[in-house]
Amino acid sequence: MTAASGKLIKGQTGDWEMVIGLEVHAQVTSRSKLFSGASTEFGGEPNTHVSLVDAAMPGMLPVINEECVRQAVRTGLGLNAQINLRSVFDRKNYFYPDSPQGYQISQYKSPIVGEGEVVVELDGGKQATIGIERLHLEQDAGKLLHDQSPTMSYVDLNRCGVALMEIVSKPDIRDAEQAKAYVTKLRSILRYLGTCDGDMEKGSLRADVNVSVRKPGGPLGTRCEIKNMNSINFIGQAIEYEARRQIEIIEDGGAIDQETRLYDPGKGETRSMRSKEEAHDYRYFPDPDLLPLEFSDAYVAGLKADLPELPDQKKIRFIEGFGLSPYDAGVLVAERESADFYETVLAGLSDKARDGKLAANWVINELFGRLNKEGRDITASPVSAVQLAAIVELIGEGTISGKIAKDLFEIVWQEGGDPRALVETRGMKQVTDLSAIEKVVDDIIAANPDKVAQAKAKPQLAGWFVGQVMKSSGGKANPQAVNDLLKAKLGI
Amino acid sequence: MTDLISMTIAEARNGLANKSFTSLELTDAHLAAIEAARALNAFVLETPDKARAMARAIDAKIAKGEGGPLAGIPLGIKDLFATKDVRTTACSKILGNFVPPYESTVTSQLWRDGAVMLGKLNNDEFAMGSSNETSCFGPVVNPWRREGSNTSLVPGGSSGGSASAVAALLCMGATATDTGGSIRQPAAFTATVGVKPTYGRCSRWGIVAFASSLDQAGPIARSTRDAAILMRSMAGHDPKDTTSVDRAVPDYEAAIGKSVKGMKIGIPKEYRLDGMPAEVEKLWTEGAAWLKAAGAELVEISLPHTKYALPAYYIVAPAEASSNLARYDGVRYGLRVPGRSIGEMYENTRAEGFGDEVRRRVMIGTYVLSAGYYDAYYLRAQKVRTLIKKDFEDCFAKGVNAILTPATPSAAFGIGEKGGADPVEMYLNDIFTVTVNMAGLPGIAVPAGKDAQGLPLGLQLIGRPFDEETLFSLGEVVEQAAGRFTPARWW
Repeated sequence: MTAASGKLIKGQTGDWEMVIGLEVHAQVTSRSKLFSGASTEFGGEPNTHVSLVDAAMPGMLPVINEECVRQAVRTGLGLNAQINLRSVFDRKNYFYPDSPQGYQISQYKSPIVGEGEVVVELDGGKQATIGIERLHLEQDAGKLLHDQSPTMSYVDLNRCGVALMEIVSKPDIRDAEQAKAYVTKLRSILRYLGTCDGDMEKGSLRADVNVSVRKPGGPLGTRCEIKNMNSINFIGQAIEYEARRQIEIIEDGGAIDQETRLYDPGKGETRSMRSKEEAHDYRYFPDPDLLPLEFSDAYVAGLKADLPELPDQKKIRFIEGFGLSPYDAGVLVAERESADFYETVLAGLSDKARDGKLAANWVINELFGRLNKEGRDITASPVSAVQLAAIVELIGEGTISGKIAKDLFEIVWQEGGDPRALVETRGMKQVTDLSAIEKVVDDIIAANPDKVAQAKAKPQLAGWFVGQVMKSSGGKANPQAVNDLLKAKLGI
Repeated sequence: MTDLISMTIAEARNGLANKSFTSLELTDAHLAAIEAARALNAFVLETPDKARAMARAIDAKIAKGEGGPLAGIPLGIKDLFATKDVRTTACSKILGNFVPPYESTVTSQLWRDGAVMLGKLNNDEFAMGSSNETSCFGPVVNPWRREGSNTSLVPGGSSGGSASAVAALLCMGATATDTGGSIRQPAAFTATVGVKPTYGRCSRWGIVAFASSLDQAGPIARSTRDAAILMRSMAGHDPKDTTSVDRAVPDYEAAIGKSVKGMKIGIPKEYRLDGMPAEVEKLWTEGAAWLKAAGAELVEISLPHTKYALPAYYIVAPAEASSNLARYDGVRYGLRVPGRSIGEMYENTRAEGFGDEVRRRVMIGTYVLSAGYYDAYYLRAQKVRTLIKKDFEDCFAKGVNAILTPATPSAAFGIGEKGGADPVEMYLNDIFTVTVNMAGLPGIAVPAGKDAQGLPLGLQLIGRPFDEETLFSLGEVVEQAAGRFTPARWW
């Protein structure tokens, strides 16, 4: 598989290509930790979700949480990846107070999930396929608190031992946009699967970004790893900055040091954290406390059969089944909640008013537009899918015009209520009574002879009459009926 | 009172059932013996109050006819086993006064079955040693002495406290652990019976870890039958230890006295070492003759990779230990020696907290796991391990029921006599026992005779995986033929 070409960066010596790979750490959705029964709940008082195993008391032993294994396999299936029926847990040894055992239990040589791929959506309707190298399970670390005492650091082990999936991409990503699209898509898949809540603010999803630059098609450059990114936008910014930094060094005759860097969003720059020489020797070896993790094909097949519909499948169904454009379908399926909302709207329409495109327009343009403006989430929408369905139904059956519908949407947003009842009580019904419309048309024609002459000479000017009729009917006149009548009366 | 402490568990069990004496009387007798034997340094913590409370409670149960299989039997517990609310140190300064809020699975099963805890027994620091000289509480003294000498001898290790206490009649039996020979070698040095069960037979939960893939808990007792009685309570599946095996625990005692007629006993030619003392050689031949007389068939077998076992063991065990001991960092429990930075605190704490042998092994382990050396050492050692395991499997596949070897290359030696200049001299003590741990097999050491200086020597029987019963049957044959050995009391 060849990587999709990305945006090149112009340097003084010509164009440069970025080569990017991501390691995403996704917290597994599970009630208890990877190897202990302690709760994974977020936000507890420090050290209240800590078992004897998490605190690495003498003689304590890890026991694998089967739910985490199930979630990792489901995620692997969602990434179209190879599921390894036998995998091994290794110890990654290092000393730090956030790691009570003195090692992290991870998977090194034999991960639970092997190669897979993710198709990401790019601007202009383009797609890129990003290869997945592997996914493995590992323990999260605890948290150090440096601001509790002037002389000491405190340790909170609540997070310690929580299950993470490390999802490693191949170096198939070629620019910041692709990287952002990749994380967005990965997050979407995880959320569809319910294997990670994707909450980047709480740290449920974070990424280490490996960046190097090279002349297009040339040999790979030395990479730097930007650690612990917890915002998709920052990932984009960090990549842009880091690539330019590297190009500048190389063009000035320097060489890139392989190192770990941190992104400072305030300054918009990356800075060195530790060099390769300072890198730890983790002394990986198979954890003798744990047997290799083994399961059957039947187990995997069972999980596969129970997978929910994922964004790619859903998108195809929306395009083929509801006549949506790939773009609209892509927007709707990005979040499971949006797609569900849309499908609930569709389900609320009568057969004859079931217009997938019209419903999509309303969900995307009116509802999402309004939600974005107010910074609200779809799950907190004041207009329910049932209400929106009623509005679309009213348009579809010709009871209200699109313009009136926008007013109606606003009323429902502000005040709530049954859209059909509101149309009745507030007299918003579209006028389809031809004689009533005709009367208005006649009046306007009579009052504007000069415009009539102009329109006769230049039929495009008839639009002015349409506007006048609609205005004087309070927007309630049926636009098609107005058009037809005008054409007849003006003889154009 | 002497009567009460010189009994076997089986005898005491009858006495308690007949109401000839109470558990409290039995416990008091042992507490007195412990107090009188402090010169042996076998106990690092005596828990008389707890012991009497447990004895009283079990006496009440016995009176109601509710006692378990070990009802009222006073035992000593190796300090590697976490005991709830009772200081547990692994005989390392680094654990300091650590008091666990939990009880190891193995000991909780002993208490479930009615046993009484007398206290915690000395061992080599983190079970690293073959002489019980590396304990932060000082060396344990073997109750056995060379004839006509008052030189203090080691009881072997790492379960030296367990072996010494059982041999000196301070407790009726003891828990121990075996990573490379730590149950069988001290048993052989003290004329006690020590069983290293199949890996996975006993739960490791709550036992301070040395080398996780090799560690197994087992009993040390004064007779094969007693060892079998203790094993039944110690063994069993534990969901908290995923390496423990879900298999029914047999009635091991039923194997005592069972005929060994027709059993095929392998004599591995590779265990015939150059320079092996003649008396060890003689004992081995004698042991074989006893088994033959009991109807077993003796066959010479080959375990070709034996010579690689000790070097491979001294890679695998330190590697795992270096990682297992990383948790002793001064952050959460045990000793903390402050420093100006976290790194300095780690260095100060671990330098102060660990003794020489532990530091040596942590350094060896760190080295063999480091990038660039892993393949040459650790990976290679694991391959050797697979070959050693296969050696045994091949023999068992040919119908061999068990393998007879000497337990140790010599009898007990003097305190400070070995390993001072060259630690390998000490490591060689495990030459006959490490293969068993590397292959995960069960092994039993049974007293079989004495050397020219009057010191006990033991024989080892190695069994098929989870076939401890055959070992008990064979061990009983050796015990019946050799008789039992008790040290003369000098302390």
